This record gives sequence, structure tokens and C-alpha cells, in this order.
Amino acid sequence: MSFTQWLLTFASMGLVLLGLLLIGALLSYGERRILALLQDRIGPNRAGPFGLLQPVADILKLISKEDFIPPFADRMVYTVAPVIVPMTVLMSFAVVPISEDEWLADLNVALLYVLALSSLRVYGLMLGGWASNSKYSLLGGLRSAAQMISYELPMGLALVGIVILSGSFSLREIVAAQELPFIVLQPLGFIIFLVCGIAETNRLPFDLPEAENELAAGYNTEYGGIRFAFFYLGEYLGLLLIAALATVLFLGGWHGPWLPGVVWFSLKTLVLILLFFWLRTSLPRLRYDQLMAFGWKWMLPAALLNLLVTAVLGLFWMEG
Amino acid sequence: MADRTSQQALITQLQTLFNAVPGELPHDKIDTLSIPTDRLIEALTFLKHKAEPRFEMLFDLSAIDEAKRGGGLTVFYHLLSLSGNADLRLKVSLPDEDPLLPSVCTVWSAANWYERELYDMFGIHIDGHPDLRRILMPEYWEGHPLRKAHPNRATEMPPYQLPEARYRTIMESYRAEDYREPGMSAEEMILNIGPTHPGTHGILRLVVRLLGEEIRDVNPDIGFHHRGAEKMAERHTYHTYLPYTDRIDYLAGVQNELPYVLAVEQLAGITVPPRAQVMRVMLCELFRIASHLVWVASYAHDTGALAPPFYAFREREYLFDVMELITGGRMHPAFFRIGGVALDLPEGWSEALQSFLKRMPAAVDEYQALLAQNPVFRARTRGIGVLSTAEALDWGISGPNLRACGLAWDLRKKRPYSGYECYDFEVPTASEGDALARTEVRLEEIRQSLRIVEQAMQNMPSGPILSAEARYTFPRKEATLQDIETLIHHFIKVSRGMGFPAGESFFVTEAPKGMNGYFVVSDGSANPYRLRIRTPSFPHIQALKLLANGHLVSDLIPILGSLDYVLADIDR
Repeated sequence: MSFTQWLLTFASMGLVLLGLLLIGALLSYGERRILALLQDRIGPNRAGPFGLLQPVADILKLISKEDFIPPFADRMVYTVAPVIVPMTVLMSFAVVPISEDEWLADLNVALLYVLALSSLRVYGLMLGGWASNSKYSLLGGLRSAAQMISYELPMGLALVGIVILSGSFSLREIVAAQELPFIVLQPLGFIIFLVCGIAETNRLPFDLPEAENELAAGYNTEYGGIRFAFFYLGEYLGLLLIAALATVLFLGGWHGPWLPGVVWFSLKTLVLILLFFWLRTSLPRLRYDQLMAFGWKWMLPAALLNLLVTAVLGLFWMEG
Repeated sequence: MADRTSQQALITQLQTLFNAVPGELPHDKIDTLSIPTDRLIEALTFLKHKAEPRFEMLFDLSAIDEAKRGGGLTVFYHLLSLSGNADLRLKVSLPDEDPLLPSVCTVWSAANWYERELYDMFGIHIDGHPDLRRILMPEYWEGHPLRKAHPNRATEMPPYQLPEARYRTIMESYRAEDYREPGMSAEEMILNIGPTHPGTHGILRLVVRLLGEEIRDVNPDIGFHHRGAEKMAERHTYHTYLPYTDRIDYLAGVQNELPYVLAVEQLAGITVPPRAQVMRVMLCELFRIASHLVWVASYAHDTGALAPPFYAFREREYLFDVMELITGGRMHPAFFRIGGVALDLPEGWSEALQSFLKRMPAAVDEYQALLAQNPVFRARTRGIGVLSTAEALDWGISGPNLRACGLAWDLRKKRPYSGYECYDFEVPTASEGDALARTEVRLEEIRQSLRIVEQAMQNMPSGPILSAEARYTFPRKEATLQDIETLIHHFIKVSRGMGFPAGESFFVTEAPKGMNGYFVVSDGSANPYRLRIRTPSFPHIQALKLLANGHLVSDLIPILGSLDYVLADIDR
């Protein structure tokens, strides 16, 4: 590659990074406003017009906090852990195609790449909980590890159905194959993916690792300031990633009449995000053993069934 | 109430079997017997298991320091028979120096904390008690606060000193690791929850022993909210103490004033005019709703639900608007008076109340849909914190928590006071005795309370709102401005207080959280000689150990929430 190509690549990477951080910040604002709406409150409305500058105020506050490391913590791991979470999520975005001709990287193993990174993310929570050396954090960290293992299995299996239908691991080709969105062909797969996605991002009703009521913030009990902000950012970007992936894999990505592809992609992602917000305000949290039982006794068999049916039908389809 | 003849037979039995000496029938018409210390355990065991009727519940256990009335200590056991709907009070006299009492923990599990309170507050040593420590006061407190010799206010004591070294040794005893028992396995962990923790709804400390996430033992540590309400009563006049009662169960406002004023009215033989009675019932039921609304909110939050807390607090805010219109206060109106209520109903009260009543049924349905009918919530609360009726009685559980075990015990029906017999309402019960059953019972109670409020509103009688009994009530302010005699009376009564007849009077009402009893001991002066407040939350939290063992740590907080307690109600 020539120098200009390198430059362009780096520039676009920087642009995407900046855009994503901005969206992540806006999501935190959006969630608070929408939750407030659903809960008969007003929500943040003081900083800037309609409170739009609230994320800026939050970040400024968190940055200006004392950089405190508890004396009993494992300093090295404690410092690294919060970075892992947003980093792995940001890396996943590289392969998400926004429209027909807008993406950062078109890996032929993109789906595996995304799944691998989402598995790596758990290290952030687990190590954070472990390094804090506090009992609540430890319980939260262990919960997150168990939860991640239990839910990425059905998630991966649910996605194999997509691979069978499209014949590719590349996200761009998967979208290209969706003249008919895969949600129609894979309704069960979609539901499994969505549920596991919420579980992977640790949001209600699956927010057991932080479970404020019993674990008092769980894995991030001992975190404050900018380190806490990293966990926070990671959660919102993770939410965005799951919504974007569900759009790409099941809702036909950029496909849609009249409007440009980017708009369709954004709209579909936004609807899913609103769904996540809505779920968060409506549902209580599951108990740890129920979460495990649900993952292994319902999600996994359902994913296997989905895979089996898809494979058998797919075989006939291709034969015929 | 049980009929006199069977009660008389029981008293004769106690006299012959245990050398009990019946005393004069006090103002509350509860049979009171003195019993020698060495026959106490036998007598109590007999009363619980063999007597006719059986006294299933140790309702209250406390003492009176007789230092100003001839010396010694009087310990009283208040027993309650639910099957016979009867009360019995046993009294034991103890010497001032080195008082010793046998423990009744083997007879009633509920006795444990009550006996610790006796030890803490009066310095009575309990022989055979499994865990005799201070309960409300800190370990390092000097003296026993409810003794008459103990100063009543801080200004009567020398300045408090806490040298650094002493502070260190004190704090050392709070280390959670110290609770590690010899037999504990290496995999078990001690988790210190609280005193400040989002799940405890106040300053409550739970020392939990965990194996993984499974609870092996819970050890509640209370007393962080202790304000000495019982001691404070001893230097207040009967009227000026009233606002303090509001703050016992601070979510239930006038529901605390009611048993207090009823006990004092019983002592003085005051009849309350009908309008004041109906107003009292109406306000009490509104506060029952207010208390249950906070419970909906905090309990929903315990399970992680984010929206219901806001919805419940919204309705509570509408309720407080009505409350403010009628009483001028919101949470703590201090509205009842001995002999009636403070003010008449203002203009427009019924319209305001009407609009609240119209709004509520839909709101309760909403809570029902978000909680009791929500599959996740049901899965979370079904089968956790299960309580059987026998256990509930043994541990002194009352109110909705008892009714969720299937026993329709509601004092408003069983011993109607303030005219509750005139209202048409049901007592909701459930049979499972778990957290979900408690949820359903309380939600239904809100609906029943709405019915009572509606009836009270429709049938509000006219007439005076304060008893005309001039000896025990303040003259009306308007009259004092017209007439010098009345002004003098007002001045004297306000500045010196009014002497109430000597005697003892106990009254128990059905508060939102359970049976709330006030025991007033009067020596004829203007201040209560002793005021005992028996709150429902105290035994409820004591039973947490029983309810939570074997469950997961995620269940602990919903179990706690399902009990519906208030820290001020535990510690007083």
C-alpha cells in the first residue's frame, strides 16, 4: 500500500473511533432521557439545549476525579482491566458494514472475529472484579465470567444458521445475501441472538455482575473516575454493537426501499436500542441460578434445534 | 376477646400450679399476674403448649425500672393467644442489684432479641441466653439507658470522651473476620452487608456467611437508628410526646399516633367523638396505602425493576397532596390528639380525596402487572423466604407477613377499634408464606384500604372533633382569646402538662407492617412513667436468619424487602 492509502486508512479509523465515542456518549444521554420518559420523570435537561451536553459534563467530572487505586487492589491488573472492555468492543466495529460501500475491514472470518472479541471482553469485567480485591467485586466478576460462557455458546450456535443461509462468514456478504431479511427465515435464531446479546452486555434483566441491590455495583464497586467511565463507555458501545450486529445479521443491514443504506442501517439499529432501553425499565433482574438454568436448559437446546432445522432445510434447499 | 369465665379458670390454674399472684385489673383489662422467677419457665411453657386457650405468641417482653416507685425492676411478658383472642401479662419482680432472669428462648424463638434488649436497656442478666450481647446500644456504651438512674439527656452527662486507643479497640470488634467461627470451612466467606448498602433500605448491618453465593448464616446487627424514643417519652408530657410517635415507623405517620392516643385515652377513660373516629380511620388507611406504596417501590427495586419505584412514588405524592390539605403535614402530620384530632376537615377535602381514589385502582393494577404478574418477578420471589404459620407465631411475626402464611389475623376485624366494625372490607390472605405471597397480600391490602377510605368519606358524621373531657384536652384556641379562665387553663395545661390517672394501659393496633402496641405506665404525673413501644419490624428482622438460610445472596435482598420493615421501627 502506498503512503496515501495508509494515511486514508488511519484517517478513516480515527473518524470511526471518534464517531463511535460520540455515539456512545449520546447513548448514555439518550438512555437516561428515554428511561426518564418511561418512568414519568424529566431526566437530565440542564447542561446545554435539552441537556444534550450532559455526557460532556459527565466526562469532565469523571476526568477531574482523583485517580484513586484502593491500597488493597492489584495495581497492574486493576489499571488494565477497564481498558479491555471498550477496546474489544471498538475493535469489533471494524468489521460492521454500515452501507453497501462503507466499512473499515471486510474480513472473510468477520463473524468469528466478532465472537472472539466478545469472549475477550469478559476478561475486563472478571479481572476488574478480581483485581479490586473486594468481596462484592469478586462475586460480580465471577458472575460475569459464568454468564459470558453460558450465553456465548447459544449465541454462536444461533449464528451458524446465518452462515448456512448466506454461505459466508463475512458480514458484508451476509448482508448482501439478505434480499429477504434473515429474521424471516431465522426468527428463533434472532430471538436467541438478541437475548444472548443483552446477557453479554450485562444489561437488565441480565445485569447480575453489577446487581446494585445485592452486590452494590459488583465488579466495578471499587472503580471511580475515568476508570469507571471506561466500563461505562464499554457497556454503551457493547449495546450499540449488539444492535448493529443484529441489524446486519438478521434485519438486512442497509437494505430497504427509498432511503439510502446508511439511514436504513441507523434506523434499524436505533429501534433495537430503544427495545433494549424499554426492556431495562420493565423487567426485574433474574437470579444467578435462574440465569444459568435459562442459558443451558432453554437457550442452548433452542439454538441447537434452530441449527438442526436450518441445516436440514438448507440441505434440501440447495439440493433442490 | 375470650370470655371472662375461661380466663378466670386459667388464672386460678396459674395460681395453683405456679404460685402466680393476680394483680388488680389494669385500665386495659388485661389480666396481670405476678409470678416468682423460679416458676417462670414452667408457667410460660404451660401457657404456650397446654393452657386453654393456648398463648402462641410472645408478643412483648420488656421491663419497668421501679426506682421512683419503691425500687426494683418489673419485667413483663405480654402473651397473645390468637386462637382464643386473649391477652395475658405476667410480671416478674427483680432486685436492683445483679438482676438475673432465666432465658425463655427455648420456649419462644422471638425471645432472643427481646432478652438482649432487656440486658442492654436494663442490665438484666439473662441466664442461659445463647448470645447475650448489647443489641441497640453500641458494645462500648456505659450504663443501661432505660434505668431511671441513667441520664435522660446528653447535657446531664459529662462530655463524651473517646481516646484514640479505645476507639481502635472498639472498631477492631467490627471487623467482619472476627465473626469467623471455629467450625467454618475454608471455602466459606464472611460478607459484611451494610450498615450502608443499597439493599438494606436504611442503616442495617447484615453479617452474612456465604459458601459461594449460598447463604449459610445471617446475623443482623441493629441499633444504628436507635434514638431512645422510649426514654424520651419519660421526660415529655403526654401531649408533647405525640410527634415523636410519627417517627417510629416513619413511613406510616398517624398509624403510630393511633395506638399511642388510644392507649392514653383508655387510661383516662376518654370517649372520642364519632367524627374524629372516622377521620382517624380515614387518615390511618391513607397512611397504610402510603406505607405500602413505599414498600412496592423499594421491594420492586430490590429485584432490579427500575420503573415501579417511580410509579409508586408518583401515587404517593398525590396521596401526600391530599394529606397536606387535610393535616398540613405530609409524612409526619402529628395530627391526632388525645381525645380526637387537631383540626376539622378543610374545604374541598372530599373532592381532593375523590380524585385520588379515582386514580388509585388503575395504579394498583399497574403494580400488579409489573410485579405480581411479571414472570421474572414471580420466578424471583416464589418459594423464597418461606414461613409456616407455626414458625410465624413462634417468631412473633404479625401483619401481612403473618396473613401471607394463611392466618387471617387482622386486629381491625378481631378486635375492632375506632369503629372498624362499621366498615365493609376483607382481610386478604395467602397460603404459601413466601415472598410472592407477601407481595400479593400487600397489593390486595391497598385495594381494601381504598374501600375503607371510600366508606369513611361517604359516611363522615358531623359534630365535634375533640372530646369535651376538659381535664385531658386543651381548650380550643378561639375560646382562649375570649375568656380569661380558659386562657389560664390553656396556659397551665400547655406549660405543665396534664396529669393522667395512675395505672397501666396497653393498646395494640393493626399498623401497615403488623401489630403495633403502645404500653403506657402512668404514675399520675404529667409524664409517662414508662412507655413501651412494641413495633412489628423488630421481630420480623429477627426472623431473617430463619428465612434466608440456604438461599442465594441474590435472594437475601428480596426476602428482606418482602418483610417490609423500617429501620426506625426496629430500633425506635
